[in-house]
Formats: sequence, C-alpha cells, structure tokens
Amino acid sequence: MNRALENVVPVLTILAGLVVAWYVAAVLLNAPFQRDLDRRAGETPGTMEFIGKTLSQPKPTMPAPHQVAQNFFENTFLRKVTSNRSLVYNAWVTLSSTLLGFAFGTALGILIAVGVVHLTALDRSLMPWIIASQTIPILAIAPMVIVVFAAIGITGLIPKSLISTYLSFFPVAVGMVKGLRSPEIMHLDLMHTYNASSSQVFWKLRVPASVPYLFASMKVAVAASLVGAIVAELPTGAVAGIGAKLLSASYYSQTIDMWSALVAGSIVAALLVTVVGIAGRMVERSMGARPA
Amino acid sequence: MRWFTLSWQAVAAIMLCVLAGFLGPMTQAESDALANPTATFAYPFLNSKSLIFDLILGAAAVSMLRIPRLAAAAALAIGAHVAAWMLLTGIAGFEGTALASYYIILAAAWLLAWRCVTVLSTFKPASRVASVALRLVIPLIFGIWILIIWEAIVRGAGIPFILLPPPSVIGVTIANSIPTLAADVNQTIFKSVVAGYVIGCGCGFLTAILADRVSFLRRGLLPIGNMVSALPIIGVAPIMVMWFGFDWQSKAAVVAIMTFFPMLVNTVAGLAEAGHMERDLMRTYASNYTQTLIKLRLPAAAPFIFNALKINSTLALIGAIVAEFFGTPTVGMGFRISTAVGRMDIDMVWAEIAVAALVGSVFYGLIALAERAATFWHPSVRGG
Amino acid sequence: MTVTEATAAASVVQAKGLGLTFRTNDGPVQALTDVNLTIGKGEFVSFIGPSGCGKTTFLRVIADLEKPTEGTISVNGLSPEQAREKRAYGYVFQAAALFPWRTIAKNIALPLEIMGVPDTERKGRIERVMELVNLTGFENKYPWQLSGGMQQRASIARALAFDADLLLMDEPFGALDEIVRDHLNKQLLELWARTNKTICFVTHSIPEAVYLSTRIVVMSPRPGRVTDVIESTLPRERPLDIRESPEFLAIAHRVRDGLHAGHSYED
Repeated sequence: MNRALENVVPVLTILAGLVVAWYVAAVLLNAPFQRDLDRRAGETPGTMEFIGKTLSQPKPTMPAPHQVAQNFFENTFLRKVTSNRSLVYNAWVTLSSTLLGFAFGTALGILIAVGVVHLTALDRSLMPWIIASQTIPILAIAPMVIVVFAAIGITGLIPKSLISTYLSFFPVAVGMVKGLRSPEIMHLDLMHTYNASSSQVFWKLRVPASVPYLFASMKVAVAASLVGAIVAELPTGAVAGIGAKLLSASYYSQTIDMWSALVAGSIVAALLVTVVGIAGRMVERSMGARPA
Repeated sequence: MRWFTLSWQAVAAIMLCVLAGFLGPMTQAESDALANPTATFAYPFLNSKSLIFDLILGAAAVSMLRIPRLAAAAALAIGAHVAAWMLLTGIAGFEGTALASYYIILAAAWLLAWRCVTVLSTFKPASRVASVALRLVIPLIFGIWILIIWEAIVRGAGIPFILLPPPSVIGVTIANSIPTLAADVNQTIFKSVVAGYVIGCGCGFLTAILADRVSFLRRGLLPIGNMVSALPIIGVAPIMVMWFGFDWQSKAAVVAIMTFFPMLVNTVAGLAEAGHMERDLMRTYASNYTQTLIKLRLPAAAPFIFNALKINSTLALIGAIVAEFFGTPTVGMGFRISTAVGRMDIDMVWAEIAVAALVGSVFYGLIALAERAATFWHPSVRGG
Repeated sequence: MTVTEATAAASVVQAKGLGLTFRTNDGPVQALTDVNLTIGKGEFVSFIGPSGCGKTTFLRVIADLEKPTEGTISVNGLSPEQAREKRAYGYVFQAAALFPWRTIAKNIALPLEIMGVPDTERKGRIERVMELVNLTGFENKYPWQLSGGMQQRASIARALAFDADLLLMDEPFGALDEIVRDHLNKQLLELWARTNKTICFVTHSIPEAVYLSTRIVVMSPRPGRVTDVIESTLPRERPLDIRESPEFLAIAHRVRDGLHAGHSYED
C-alpha cells in the first residue's frame, strides 16, 4: 500500500503540474489574439475576465484542457457511434486497420525470425537489411502505397493495414531472432546430449525462451502499427479515422478537434499496449514465470 | 574420392534451364519470329539466348566440382550476375512480352546467387579485412538481387512505370534531379532534423540527469515517459505547424518532441546500470556526486545513451518528413513526396525515398561508428 | 588524554558493543550483535565464518558502507564516516570491479584523480604499485584482456595507490581457482611484510585464514556474532609449505572447532 502510494504520488504531482503549465501556456499563447479582438471591439476587460476569455476562444492557438476534455466527451459519448464526427467511430476505423496490420506484421515477423535462426545464408544476407531498414523512414512510403493501390482499384482497409504490417513486422522479427537465440549454450548442449531433433529443440527450448522477447517486441510493434495507420490516413483525404480527423481539423484550424483527436489516438495507443502487456503477463504466468 | 559435390540449388538451376529450353521462346516477340520464319525482325535474346543458358549451366556445373570454395563462389557469382545482366538488358525495350521461360531462367540465375551466398556463408576467414569484406558482400548480393528481380519483373510483366518504376528508371531520376534533391535534403535534414535532434536529445539527457538527482522527479517522470513513448506523438505535427509556421522550425519542434522521451527513458535506465560494487568503490574514495557521475555512471550508461541516439535517428527522419505533409515552404523531402504523389510522379517519390534511405543509413552509421569508439569495452562491441 | 583515548588512537579499528539490524520485508535481521574487537597497527586479521555470519557486514561498517544501529566503532580514532572522507583505507571487493573502459594504469589512477593527486605524482605511484603486485608491463591493457587473478591483483594495486594504512579485503580471492589463490596469498604476505599495512581480510577458507593471519576472528550466524578470536603462533616469515607443519594444522583445527561450536546449537 505504502509502496504503491510512493509511486503514484509523484506521477500525479507531475501530471497536475503539466495541467497547470498547460493552462498557463494556453493563456499566454492565446493572449495576443484575444488582445487583438478586444482592441477591435473597443473593450478593456479586467485581468480575470481577460484570462477567462483566452480560455474560451472557439479556435484558440492552444486550447485549454477543459475545452479539449469537453470536446472529447461530446464527440465520444454524446454522438451516435455511427456519426462520422464521433471519435468512437473514427477510432474504430483506425483501430481496425491497426489490428489487421498488427496481426499480419506479427505473423510475418515470427516467420522471418524462424527462417533467420535456422538458415545461415538467410541470417547473413537478410538480417543486415532488416537492421538497415530500421534506419529508413519507412513512413515516408505510406502516401505512395495508398495512392498506388488506389490506382489499381484497391482502397480502404487493406492498403492502410499494409503500412501497419510494414511498420510492425520489423520489431517483431528483430525481437524474435533475439529471443529464439536467447537459450544459453549450456541448455543447447543439454538438448544435444539428448540427441534432440532440431524441431524438438525449437519447440521445447527456443520457443519458450523467446516468449518474453516476443511480447516485449509486440508492445513496440502495436504502437508502431497504430502510428502507421494514422499516418496512412493523412495523405489520401481518407474520410474517416484519427489521422483523417487530424488533417481535416488542421485544414480548418479547428484546434480543439485536433487536440481531442490526439487524445483519442493516445488512449487507443495506451489501451493497445496495455492489452498486449496483460496478454504477455498472462502467457508468461501460465508458463510458470514468477509474477512480477 | 568423388570429384563433385551435389547442391540442390545448382541441380534445380540446371533442371530449370532444361525446362526453359523445352518450353522454347522467352518472349512473345521471339515466339512470333519463330512462327513466322521468313520475316526478319529483331527480338530480345536473339544472339544472347544460348550464351545465357551456357552461363547458368556452366556455373552450376563448375560449382559442383571439387574445387576450392572461393573458386566455386566466384563461378556462381559471375554466372548468376552476368546472366541476370543479359536478361535485363535484353528485355529492355520489349516490356511486357516475357513468357514463362524468361521467369524460369531468372529463377535459375537467382538459385545460383542463393548457392553463392550459401557457399560464402560457410567461410570463416582468418584475416579481419576479409571477414569485414565478407560481411558486406553477402548482404550486398541479397540487395542486388532484390533490385534485379524488381527490375526483371516490372519490365518482363510490363507493369506501368507510373505504378512501380524499375530501379534503373529511379536511378536516372535521381541523377537528373540532383539539385532538387540536394535542396530538399538541405531543408529537411540539415535544418529540421539536425536542429530538432540536437535539441530533443540534449533536453532528454539533461532532464534525465535532473531526474537522477531528484528521485521524486524520477518516479514521476519515468512512468509518464514510458507511456508517452508508445503514443503516436507524430500527431502533434499539425499543432506545431500552426505554432511555429511552415518553415523548418515547426519540423524541428516535432523532431525535438519525438526524440525527447526515448532519450530520457534510456538515459535514466542507463544511469541505473553501474553495479553496486563499483558504486561502493566510489563511496570508499569519498567521491562526490559529480565525480561518480562523470567517472563511473555516465561511461556505464553510454550503451543506453547510444541506443537512444540510434532509435532517435530514425524517429527524427520520420518526424521531419511526416510533419512536412502538413505544410511547408515549397522545398523539403516530405513536401516533394506529397506533391509528387499528387501528380502521380512516382519516379520522384522513389527517388526521394532512396535518398532518405541513404541519408538515414549514413546518419545511423555515423552514430554506430561513434558508439563503437565510445563503448569499445562493452561485451557486445568487443565480441566477448 | 585519558587512557582509553590513547588506546583508541594506537589501535586502527576499535569496536565496542557493535550491532547492526537490517529491516527487511520479512522482519528485522540481526546481522551483527555485540561485537567487541580492537585491531592494532600492522596486524593481519582474518574474519571467517559461514555465509550470513556478518563478516562482510563488519567490514562494510568499518568502511562506512553500512551504519551500525548499536554500539560504537572508531577507525584511526575517528568515526568511520570521517575516516572515509580522509581516505583512510583501501577496499578490495569480491570481484575486481575494474572499469572496463579504462586501461589498468587508468584504473589505478582513478582514486588518485578523485582525491586530486597532481598529475606529476600519479605516474610514479602507479608504477610503484604495479610493481608491488607484479603487473609491470600491463599498464595499457584493458581489464577484460587480463586473467581473473591479474584483474584482482590490479584491484589490489588500485587500493594501494593512495597510501592508506588500512586495507580492507572482502573475499578478494573467493572467485579464483586454488592454484592462483595460493600464488596470490603468498604475494599478499610479501606485500604486507614490505608495506607494514594493517589488513582486515574476510574469507571462508580455513587454510587461507590460518596461512595469512596474525589473528583469526571466528564468526557465526543468526545472529551474526564473534565466537572466538585465535592468536596465530606462526612466525611472520611463512613459506607455502608451512601449511603442512603441525603448528599450522593445530591452529586450523581450533578454527574448525570454533566454526562447529558456532553451529552446534543452531542445527
């Protein structure tokens, strides 16, 4: 109990500090525009009134936390889920391509890792490219993939999730290779003394050893997958999704919408990572790992 | 003693050659010419067809003789790549006319290259130079074959260049638009990325030191930092563009925000890395905080800090390019990509991506070199 | 100056009624209770006992790496904290704990840098201590290029570099094989004879304790305490084969009895 409090209090304090800083920043950033408005209207509001006004502009430079919260609440809970202004709907559109891409990406990553661990030639020729490709801003390809697929008549979920697949298979492949190679020499030698076949070594030693690595890299992959889905929605004038929401809000300078879309994206990301984390912990516990 | 050793790739390559010979013409043009023997018009592989077959069959056969492995690898490399070169130059100008034999021969050449890589992978050269060279050559062959297959299929199947241009066309585009590309690199890399990267990593590092001194701050910031690392931070790009304008400052801001948290989290983790015994040792010397930090904890944290620098090098490039999708002056890699996509000028998109990949790899490579120099003592670097 | 103050000044370490209780999640653990011990200048004192008997804890209390919860202790007549700040002792750990990013010479220079020894003086000191531990010629090697025994010798050199009169050694040879350990034991005795330092030495090897020490402190666990203090009758000059002499075996026997006595009412 005491331990938990020790960890929660600092986090809450810093979060509270951030909210205060946010309000201060909102007042400061919105003040020039508000002063301009007041001068034109010939008003000379008092300090408190002025601050109140800076925090309730319809299109502020920096929306105040309560404006974002209100907008988020309205667009999440008060709108019909089918409405294209509903954040739930938009988040679902993004989430579906994220999940599809993530599933394919994980499967592909595991497949590549198994190949790399078992074929020396593949290890020496493919592995350097996998690592090198991490240095390439793959996200830059996203718009082109969408456009090219649109040109041959494929639109919607598939091209978007393709980008998510592309982004998520790298971390899984790299993590899985590390994991499948993680058994100690001594354990491998032990299997060797049993004259175990390579598939027995794989299922009884390498796979269990790789599970923690798999889930750690899946956490990274699912976050990357979401980023991929959001960015994939940017260039194409996609009609729905968190990325599309961000882009249209930025066209019309609807800053509050922009921020609440961002909040929605963050919540989806946090949920995804948490779910993967919990799944990982459950699998590890069922395999007899010590509860952390 | 047997005077040859079988390898399935070489045997399969020979069988594929036989199959291709049996199927006959490699292109529609050749088939037309055969059907119409009196007409004399040019068709691909008019003079080179038998040479391609001979090369592949010869290389496959030679590689299975009991000769030094290096000689076998050389024969395979020459056979596979010269044959591939002839296939590519032959099909140019006759796009979209390839028949099954063409692809079968391509597959045979590819099998030889695979065999070549397999043979090379078994080498354990004694000298350092040779082993480094080998480490480069093997992936290089793999990379070249991706390009060869890409080029061969795009040309062979006649995929419109507007959808997927072959590497050669992209190469020409790069060569023809060097001034544009240089201006874009200057705008995106040397202004946005470098400024944002330095600010983001610098602030992350300093915050980590601060968090290390003040444990309250560390316990508060670390969970937040870990969570933020998973968020789609790239989404702040439109906000930054609104605040800092269209020019590079807004992109640098996005890059700075994206690189801040990985640096913070990794540095804090790294500072916890120094062992208890080493810390006790410093305590017996009555060493003060700064001395312990500089002489023990920062060197011990170096692998973590470099890890963050490497992660951030990729993030920085992505951040700058994607932020440009939200508005730029009329220069920059992200700007060029989004406008080129709009005009279906796919060559240019690929050219920008190739340049971005090159710059990204160089950026990463420089950091990796610095890492090797600074953490030469770490087991992962000294190969312990 | 009163009599007790005078003895405290002449003795290097003086503990009275010393106790230390750790608070853990499973309740308090008495690591040390009622330790009374005086170590004089130039002595070689070994602490021996099974794991958990508090021998390492006692050494850490001397070094101000742990704070006692009861009793008093003085080091060179000062509190452990003051003694640490005056850099009164060198500490050798179970592992060499050399910094892998520094060469051997640079590792030995580490305490000198921290203590602000001028550059000009450092070189001479490093050469001298490297010669003392027979490592001359390895100045520019990195720790990982050396064997375990050589690494531990370098860490002893590092502890000697700043000329503290007291050397605290916590199972320094515990991780080494017996052949290397014999060799290092002999070298350590020679070093002690040449430098006339006071050495506190923690070990769990009976022959090592008897071979090295002028006095052997036998300790026992739960709660950690001193059960016997044995004065060695061996001469200061000790060739390796002294370990087959009847005198040596008699002392070893007493140590073993002491260890068993500590255990008997526990099991």
